[in-house]
Amino acid sequence: MAHDSQVSYLKYGNQTGLWSWLTTLDHKKIGIMYFISIFIFFFIGGMFALLMRLELLHPEPLFSADQYNQMMTYHGAIMTFMVIIPGVPAFLGNFLLPLMIGAKDVAFPRVNLMSWYCLMIGAAISFATIFFGGVDTGWTFYTPYSLETSGNTIMMVLGAFVMGFSSILTGVNFIVTIHRLRAPGMGFFQMPLMVWALYSTAIIQVVATPVLAITLLLLALEKVFGVGIFDPKLGGDPVLFQHYFWFYSHPAVYIMILPSMGIISELITTFSRKIIFGYRAIVYSTFGIASVSFFVWGHHMFVSGQSYWTGWIFSLLTMLVGVPTAIKAFNWVATMYRGSISFKAPMLFAFGYLFLFSIGGITGIYLAVIPIDVHFHDTYFVVAHFHYVMVGGTLLALTGGLYYWFPKMFGKICSELGSQISFFLIFVGFNVTFFPQFVLGHMGMPRRYHTYLPEFETLNIISTVGSWMIASGFFVTLGVVIYALLKGPKSGDNPWGGTTLEWKTSSPPPHENFETIPTVTGGPYEYGS
Amino acid sequence: MSVFLLLIQSAFAERFMPYQGTAIAAEIDYLYSFLLIVSLIAFVILIGGMLYFALKYRRKADNEPTPRITHNTALEFLWSGIPFIIFMIAFAWGLIIHKKMVDFPDKAFEVHVTGYRWAWDFQYKSGKKITNELYVPAGEPVKLIMTSKDVIHSFFIPAFRVKQDVVPGRYTALWFEAKTPGVYQVFCTEYCGTNHSRMLAKLHVLPKKKFEKWLSDNPYKGLSLAQRGEKILKGSCAACHGLSNARKIGPGFQGLWGKERVLEDGTTVVADAEYIRNSILYPQKQIVKSYNQVKMNSYQGQLSEDELTYIIEYFKNEKGN
Ligand code: HEC
Ligand SMILES: [Cu+2]
Repeated sequence: MAHDSQVSYLKYGNQTGLWSWLTTLDHKKIGIMYFISIFIFFFIGGMFALLMRLELLHPEPLFSADQYNQMMTYHGAIMTFMVIIPGVPAFLGNFLLPLMIGAKDVAFPRVNLMSWYCLMIGAAISFATIFFGGVDTGWTFYTPYSLETSGNTIMMVLGAFVMGFSSILTGVNFIVTIHRLRAPGMGFFQMPLMVWALYSTAIIQVVATPVLAITLLLLALEKVFGVGIFDPKLGGDPVLFQHYFWFYSHPAVYIMILPSMGIISELITTFSRKIIFGYRAIVYSTFGIASVSFFVWGHHMFVSGQSYWTGWIFSLLTMLVGVPTAIKAFNWVATMYRGSISFKAPMLFAFGYLFLFSIGGITGIYLAVIPIDVHFHDTYFVVAHFHYVMVGGTLLALTGGLYYWFPKMFGKICSELGSQISFFLIFVGFNVTFFPQFVLGHMGMPRRYHTYLPEFETLNIISTVGSWMIASGFFVTLGVVIYALLKGPKSGDNPWGGTTLEWKTSSPPPHENFETIPTVTGGPYEYGS
Repeated sequence: MSVFLLLIQSAFAERFMPYQGTAIAAEIDYLYSFLLIVSLIAFVILIGGMLYFALKYRRKADNEPTPRITHNTALEFLWSGIPFIIFMIAFAWGLIIHKKMVDFPDKAFEVHVTGYRWAWDFQYKSGKKITNELYVPAGEPVKLIMTSKDVIHSFFIPAFRVKQDVVPGRYTALWFEAKTPGVYQVFCTEYCGTNHSRMLAKLHVLPKKKFEKWLSDNPYKGLSLAQRGEKILKGSCAACHGLSNARKIGPGFQGLWGKERVLEDGTTVVADAEYIRNSILYPQKQIVKSYNQVKMNSYQGQLSEDELTYIIEYFKNEKGN
């Protein structure tokens, strides 16, 4: 048997049983556990989405209104709390962060495992609500509706609360890891952009998530003990809840999107084989976005009755988020200038990301302009907008990143043809599903509607057909991944010609990542010219 | 400039946006068209650039060398500065219009709106009250003063580009000045539970004269409670129920009060006020035997408490005769 320092982490210590996974402290194995659990959650959340689209195929009801409202709630809650928020940081981040900075593991491996268990326990509690009457509040839990409705809101809130700890613990762990465990010679400005993205995300996770925890706790206090906080019947203020909720949930949007920007930076340099354009600008814009993200929550509430001045300050601040976002997009395109551009599947996902994310971003600017928002608020325009950002952005980047780092994780390579087919199905299907929703929003169709007026039917049919295309795209992804695991050809250590540290070790890496800790002498993206 | 905008206006806004029912709606659409044009240009530059570079510099050989271009300060200033300026224009323009939306005219015609699961009540100064049908005069500012009885709702008239949350425990307001008479759709846009998607209302904009006539007109004037009930039954229920005992889609109404009803599940129940009320509000709860093919819709939220009383009084009175 080869020496331990060369054996793949998957076979380390000859331990491959389930128990060795459930008790592992190896960040890579924990990353893979996140991968599997998030993939399962994604398919459950996706199933709810398909059922919703099926209901909306025609105005005539298929399910009862209450059933629909529950599906809408589970879809939203699963996708945000269990898929998009942990998606990039907890799965890819866990696997990659130590590799990318040349460390043996994260700073606190036990805490790392604990945060996976937090996610699992929180998820189990949330899913259990299905058997206790279900929840129909929407993932936003707006008061006073959430205080009055039957079903098990409190349990769901408890689930989200526990999952929040997973997010906080991962964040703390990453921050310390980045500060303390960088390889010799790696200054902050020699870190890959993915690491910067994870770093800024971790900061938001640590600062913002406690606010969600407190808000949910207050909600539970009110519901269980009748303390008047949000309920007007008890002298509370229902709009206060929205302030608290969005004070977390707007930064949370950047927990969801910043890491995906990190992925895209990596993909674009590697597949253009060219040094990233404006490294520092991208770093600063990441932090620009992260810090402004705390001061824009009021743009969710332009029609809630907040004052004129409040409205305009939030409108102004929201505009400011647009600038660093635009900077990033232009930097990515500029990186491609005079590059050597490969059209491999992960790069297609990066192209798709730029296309969809810019639509998502631009429509975000529309929504920051108050009078325009007044018309679009809580219509399908908003639904389309945030799906362009969350799915067209984050999920596309995650899938692209999966294909990109898959060889590193398992030493196998995914079928290029299969990956490309999945890209086209997802990309085209996505537009077919969500572009009509922009138009529906213009026409005034409100969101969270179980049934609708006949004039909205045609566009809804198109949208539903699109949802089937997206679903088939992700099933192809699943097939590609399973096939690659079972029968995929060996990948070699650096199949794409990447320059960051994770490509300097074997695929899959040994238990301690590197045979000898590397010493860094230059920037992360030095391609020979 | 304005000619240019007018062109944009006719080219885009009216395509996607609903009918422009107010002057402010038209102003909002101008701003919207501006954003649309600018963003289309930005999108073409960005994505066009991406595709152009992708094709032009596509990999021809492995290990092709690439130049080491780390940044370009002038360019970076340009592509942060130009978006910034555009955003500020959009922001300021938005603010100007928003100001008009929140500055309430002094002499607006006021209507009180109460939202509740799942209907809208509209109450006029004259004491007139009506559910799910809002009547207003054309060419005159109208102010809606709104509150909710239960959870948060939101009052949305797409044609007027106005929307305002309706919050329990406080008053919110919005105003508009409708240009043309007609019927417009009103939606509830804040999720409020089971029948959120059915919480619809119609907005009727009438010419001033007609509106005044409507306002002074009391459909129940001079009628006894039972006669009012009869009026409702003949109006809203006639499609399925006759006042005789002949069977239509639903049972005939003659002699219903106090009668023993046999239900689908075999049990019996006496037709009292409670039963009639339930039959109207929760029709699926107790289904009359042999009437299970066509379902009666719930009138929850569509009939007011007063009107339910009228209907019950009708049945009581009819039996007495
Ligand atoms: C779409 C057709 C339809 C309309 C419109 C309709 N109903 Fe019905 N109604 C039915 C049917 C079918 C039944 C019998 C099944 C049941 O009990 O639900 C019924 C039953 C009833 C009963 C119980 C009758 C009995 O014999 O026990 C009452 C009372 C009633 N409806 C009142 C009303 C009133 C008041 C209206 C108008 C505001 C109305 N319905 C409108 C179809 C209708
Ligand atoms: Cu409502």
